[in-house]
Amino acid sequence: MTQDEVFSKVVSILTKYSKADVAESDIKMETSILDDLKVNSARLVDIVLDFEDMFDIEVEDEDADKVRTVADCVELIMSKQ
Amino acid sequence: MSELSKEQVLALVPQQPPFRFIDDIIELHENGITAAYTFRRDETFYAGHFPGNPITPGVILLETMAQTGVVAYGIYLASTQMEQEEIEKILTVFTEAEVEFSGMVKPGDRVIISAEKVYFRRLKLKVKAEIKLENGQTVCSGTIAGMGVKQT
Repeated sequence: MTQDEVFSKVVSILTKYSKADVAESDIKMETSILDDLKVNSARLVDIVLDFEDMFDIEVEDEDADKVRTVADCVELIMSKQ
Repeated sequence: MSELSKEQVLALVPQQPPFRFIDDIIELHENGITAAYTFRRDETFYAGHFPGNPITPGVILLETMAQTGVVAYGIYLASTQMEQEEIEKILTVFTEAEVEFSGMVKPGDRVIISAEKVYFRRLKLKVKAEIKLENGQTVCSGTIAGMGVKQT
């Protein structure tokens, strides 16, 4: 999967949990999951589980803890493929 | 690490009267939990909900489901991963719920609460849970989740 494909799938997962009034088209690599998208931190576990299902990967807890931005998600997923 | 018994788990549930809605744990294992609670006739909320017509509030049924399905069950699952003294420093907070109510619970009713694991990861527990009356009627069901947070 290309980086662009991973990016658009990550965005579609993140918008499910976003509490901010943000259009998908406004989400960039540097967008912060907690600060910009206003995702409840308790939802990070659900997001990582969605990544695992969607991309058929396994994410270690230590790796999941480092995720802050959309770019972090995309890099994490790309590194597992 | 040794997993806790039903009695040990019950003793570690921090909620106490008048906000404790679990009497005993009937079954407890890796994939689920079953517990019971009898609503006392003198529960504080019956005076206002409703005067002369006491009915257990839906929000209390939701709390009842969470005390068994997220708090007690979460303590048990945590005990398979960490020592008891670590568990005692963790508080379980409610994070999300999607529930339906389909029956009424009156003062004196004994209810059976059951929950099965959807996932338990990084101290977050999501379960499918339900409450039944002793006659088998479901009064509340849904998916609820909570997370263990270290108290500072």
